[in-house]
Amino acid sequence: MEYFLQQLINGIALGSIYGLVAIGYTMVYGIIGMINFAHGDVFMVGAFLALIAFLALLAIGVTAIPLALFLVLIVAMLLTALYGWAVERLAYRPLRGSHRLAPLISAIGMSIVLQNYVQIAQGARVKPLPPLIPGGYTLIEGGGFAVQVSNVQIIIVVTTLALMTVFSWLVSATRLGRNMRACEQDLKMASLIGVDIDRTISLTFVIGAALAAVAGIMYLLYYGVIDFFIGFIAGVKAFTAAVLGGIGSLPGAMLGGLLIGLIETFWSAYFSAEYKDVAAFSILVLVLIFMPTGILGRPEVEKV
Amino acid sequence: MAVPTKPATSPRSAKLDVAGALKDAGLTAFVAFGLFSLMLGLRTETGSTGRLEIFPRPGLLATAVAAVFAGRLMIALIARSRVAADIGRSLQAMTPEFKKLDRFATPVLLSLVLLTPVLLYSEHYLLAGILVLAYILFRWGLAPALLALALLLPILFYSNRYLLDLGILVLTYIMLGWGLNIVVGLAGLLDLGYVAFYAVGAYAYALLAQNFGLSFWICLPLAGILAAFWGVMLGFPVLRLRGDYLAIVTLAFGEIIRIVIVNWQSLTNGPNGISGIPRPSFFGLPFNDSEEGFAAHFGLEFNPVHRIIFLFYLILALALLTNFVTLRLRRLPIGRAWEALREDEIACRSLGINTTNTKLTAFAMGAMFGGFAGSFFATRQGFISPESFVFMESALVLAIVVLGGMGSQLGVAIAAVVMIGGFEFFRQFEQFRMLVFGIAMVSIMVWRPRGLIATRMPSVFLQEKKIIPADIIDEARQ
Repeated sequence: MEYFLQQLINGIALGSIYGLVAIGYTMVYGIIGMINFAHGDVFMVGAFLALIAFLALLAIGVTAIPLALFLVLIVAMLLTALYGWAVERLAYRPLRGSHRLAPLISAIGMSIVLQNYVQIAQGARVKPLPPLIPGGYTLIEGGGFAVQVSNVQIIIVVTTLALMTVFSWLVSATRLGRNMRACEQDLKMASLIGVDIDRTISLTFVIGAALAAVAGIMYLLYYGVIDFFIGFIAGVKAFTAAVLGGIGSLPGAMLGGLLIGLIETFWSAYFSAEYKDVAAFSILVLVLIFMPTGILGRPEVEKV
Repeated sequence: MAVPTKPATSPRSAKLDVAGALKDAGLTAFVAFGLFSLMLGLRTETGSTGRLEIFPRPGLLATAVAAVFAGRLMIALIARSRVAADIGRSLQAMTPEFKKLDRFATPVLLSLVLLTPVLLYSEHYLLAGILVLAYILFRWGLAPALLALALLLPILFYSNRYLLDLGILVLTYIMLGWGLNIVVGLAGLLDLGYVAFYAVGAYAYALLAQNFGLSFWICLPLAGILAAFWGVMLGFPVLRLRGDYLAIVTLAFGEIIRIVIVNWQSLTNGPNGISGIPRPSFFGLPFNDSEEGFAAHFGLEFNPVHRIIFLFYLILALALLTNFVTLRLRRLPIGRAWEALREDEIACRSLGINTTNTKLTAFAMGAMFGGFAGSFFATRQGFISPESFVFMESALVLAIVVLGGMGSQLGVAIAAVVMIGGFEFFRQFEQFRMLVFGIAMVSIMVWRPRGLIATRMPSVFLQEKKIIPADIIDEARQ
């Protein structure tokens, strides 16, 4: 029972990270109907920017960890958002209105570009960072096993919850959110009634990238080590999460992320760690076969 | 769609708009500074204390931003001046002149070809080959010329082992591209896990040959059948899904296969891979310097290049088989059903086409050719490991299919030559190779979203065969 609780906590923390990345996928898919394959690598860029910014702050003498982390959060979110914007502007906007596979190929190309750009700029070796936020709480102690929750895990879950609240408010109550929902329903119609769709799509990418940057920082804090290749697997899993939750649905992305995180953690805990990715993907296949629109997705009506 | 037109590109602004171009370039440089500031400007490296330390690189950052500024300035100036438009116009004006020249091309080339025996006699084989190829190119077009080039390559470059190896690599990707073209180009199903079938074929050959001592020629069809079987196994549950779901499921399947190969140590030897895979024999004659070897049997001097040339023609034959089968299938009811399915799935269903079976056959066919290519890969390398079957390979093959122009056999061949050949060309810049490759992928897509060969020949027509231009093809509506 204690073991189960411990895995539950670990799974929720991991799932929050996946969920934040998944939001980027699901928003872009909802609005322009493309798989933004480079999003996983934008997440990786975010983690790298955070690492570099943190080291730079240490070098110029900002040693108070909370202040440094706050500044890192701001810098990484801003710069990663810039990356998201640039990717959309360079690789996707010229292809809007083209056939379905064109932006996908261009996105795969962009993913290769980002990976190799980071590899050349920062080297192929893994980048370790000593744990910044030590400590934690012991919840239950019994049966020779203590259920612990670390401060990093608390920060991850709290930040995710806060961001989700802000983000839901943004989508449901602001003008930008209204524009985004209009674009999601019908791009052409939205532009006819005066929604600046280029701007809306750009902002969607910007927000998605900023959330991915937060996920990147959390990944860095949680695992303490990053390399230029983390984007691929995390991206595929986050996309799996988006599909699992119902692509185009924001609560769905978060739910899917949590589920993927939990499945992965429990599978590694009770069965075998080698096959944890297989478990996540198999669940995806099963869900798609029996629930093709995902858990919270709207059924899509095919029209002639 | 609405691409914002820059006001300065209007023909009225006859003068160079330098101020506008400078502003444009300045903004771009500012964005570039933001992008590069941390990533290029600072480098993290493990320092003397064993911890990560930071090293500033202001020079590199300044160079990168300056390069972006200069590049953007040049593009902006060209776009804002009328130079580009003028060049375009004069090129257009010259087209009829080129057409006139065309009339003379054939007689000139023909007379040159008559020189070939002389060249052959004086042992200028390369020159003779080029002449023949040029003649074929002008007389019959690009596709026969490419085929002739493929046929002649081992003869022309008998001693150039590097070029032969490159040719084999390109042909492998052409074959994979043609195989995937059945699934993506003809049936319109987006498959991101094609490498899985390639892996199944490779491991099928390696394991069957090592454990049961079966020869390549028995394993080849078996590998194809196994891959097709996996295609059906995967396809059966998932093919009712819509396009993008199918993409992600196939991607997941590709990853699952790879992870299983990595972890199933007792069967596949895990990440260490399988080595010592039997090499192919020339219908029972091994390529070695023994008494019963290929060279001894035909009274030739033993030369390791014999095997390379045999492999070259083997993969050429396999690729041509793929092409032939695809072209024939397109004319059969099943091929027409594939193409109809790509154009409109609902219409297909209302016409009584069993969409599941149709998709399944396309999937199985594509998988089978992937399996063939896989077992060829295993026998050529003699060593396989899970590292050869990563997602990048699927993406590469899919990129070849899409960049070539989906459904176009010639386009796939050209795209494979350009991508793989270009990739090899950058070998001396090892570090930047993948970066350039990615940039090329994005730029080709932005430049020609419908691929290099964007027109389409209908396989069924009334009275007269008309080329369908790209802009009226509504691709893969699903």
